[in-house]
Amino acid sequence: MADNVKNQGPQTTGHVWDGTLEEYNNPLPVWWTYAFYATIVFAIVYWLYYPSWPIGQHYLPGFGTVEYTNAEGKTESWHWNTRAKLLKETQDAAALQKPYYDKIMGLPFERISKDPQLYSFVQSAGKPLFADNCAACHQSGGGGKIGYYPNLTDDDWIYGGSYDKIQETITHGRHGYMPPFAEALAPEQVDDLANYVLSLSGNRADPAKAAKGDELFHSHTAACFYCHGTEAKGRQDIGSANLTDKIWRFADVSGAADTASKVAAVRQVIDGGLGGSVMPLWEGRLTPEQIKLLAVYVHELGGGK
Amino acid sequence: MLKNIKSEILETNVGVLLVATMIAISIGGMVEIAPLFLMKDTVEKVEGVRPYTPLELRGRDIYIREGCYLCHSQMIRPFRDEQLRYGHYSLAAESKYDHPFQWGSKRTGPDLARVGAKYSNEWHVQHLIAPRSVVPESVMPNYPWLLTTPLDYSDLQDRLRALRITGVPYSASQVEYEQNVKQFGAATAKELDIAQAQKNLIAQAEAGNYDGDHSGISEMDALVAYLQVLGTMVDFSKIKPEDLVKYR
Repeated sequence: MADNVKNQGPQTTGHVWDGTLEEYNNPLPVWWTYAFYATIVFAIVYWLYYPSWPIGQHYLPGFGTVEYTNAEGKTESWHWNTRAKLLKETQDAAALQKPYYDKIMGLPFERISKDPQLYSFVQSAGKPLFADNCAACHQSGGGGKIGYYPNLTDDDWIYGGSYDKIQETITHGRHGYMPPFAEALAPEQVDDLANYVLSLSGNRADPAKAAKGDELFHSHTAACFYCHGTEAKGRQDIGSANLTDKIWRFADVSGAADTASKVAAVRQVIDGGLGGSVMPLWEGRLTPEQIKLLAVYVHELGGGK
Repeated sequence: MLKNIKSEILETNVGVLLVATMIAISIGGMVEIAPLFLMKDTVEKVEGVRPYTPLELRGRDIYIREGCYLCHSQMIRPFRDEQLRYGHYSLAAESKYDHPFQWGSKRTGPDLARVGAKYSNEWHVQHLIAPRSVVPESVMPNYPWLLTTPLDYSDLQDRLRALRITGVPYSASQVEYEQNVKQFGAATAKELDIAQAQKNLIAQAEAGNYDGDHSGISEMDALVAYLQVLGTMVDFSKIKPEDLVKYR
């Protein structure tokens, strides 16, 4: 073979540049040539199977089809496209999950978490649902963030921690509100109230100021007891906070270094009120099945009642 | 020798090569792009899609100015993993009033096509000022100036007029206004009236108070108003999934 090459010399295309530069015209390797022909055959099959050439207002739809179930429950077929394929895949996956979701919808909450098989379904399906929808605010473990978003892992609930209440919260969302008192009350009065509120949960506070704050809290001037109740334990039906426990939702009292900054933190909430404390509703974005599952998942994060 | 002569002309004349290259690319464009303008099924016929209100539009301008599109796409592709995470796949109809569209093929952050109404205004404000305060693993930059910069809407009407030229139905006359009433209903038609643009922007910002600060209209107001409308215009509960399949 080496002899052949020597005898014949390399073939050229006949192009000559600058008098001396020539272009070799070696034949392509056989495997390469056949692979090239194979890609041409592949392309033709591809064109025929999938939607391809445009023709005026239409296009060749291809022979490939996807079968899915339509809204009337009948099997329908359409030429292959990603939307049809997605619909089919979604329906197949839903069919696999259906026995579990049927059980979840059919059983009362308490029995869902007692059934080991359903409980593990709730855990595995609930985790990504929580990560996609809830974790942006309530954080990845549900621990929340003082000042912004409530903790879901403790047993303190603003709107109630029963399965039903959690389901209601997820379905319809919540809109927390507390009016600002900066204009209605004098700064000293707000200071008295802040001291009283701190004293309720055993924090150090000025006793004289706290006593005045107590009076103000239960008066019709500040009228704090309208929402927080005469015992300041809050009302879950309207979402007012329990001020007697050591759990803080907005004022970062537990994170404050000294009494002065604790008072300042509480004062800020009383002065400014709370207007933007909104949980969006998930009805429409999630199915009722997913919401019930999430209610169980959140309940089982640790603090469910 | 004929074929040699032909290729030699292309290889030795830059001008001829340029023209031939352009012809080749034009054929590609005609085959791949032009048919989409001709096909009647490219843009789905769905209810609800409307042009942005003036405030949302200014928010969109800020979105583009800050380069949000460099990391965030607004196109949920019809794949199951995307649908599970982001919601229903995006329709062509949903970006028909977007000039330029914000589809994108690269994501560093999540897709935003259906972020509207998913989080509270308060969350968006906090997240834009300091993303890591709410999403610890985020690599998004801080945008604190949005809250402190007053929104400039002095050239609002020019912006609407420019979009009107591209085919977005902002109304410049009583006839166009009445067409909008027919197409979108009276409430939306009022929002699309170029003459009332400034008034509408102020009204929406004051009613919505998107940034939680009553003292004035900030760039944050506009951006959050825009983010909160993304992907919320079409009510998918009223559409049969197979009808959308048949548009492709």
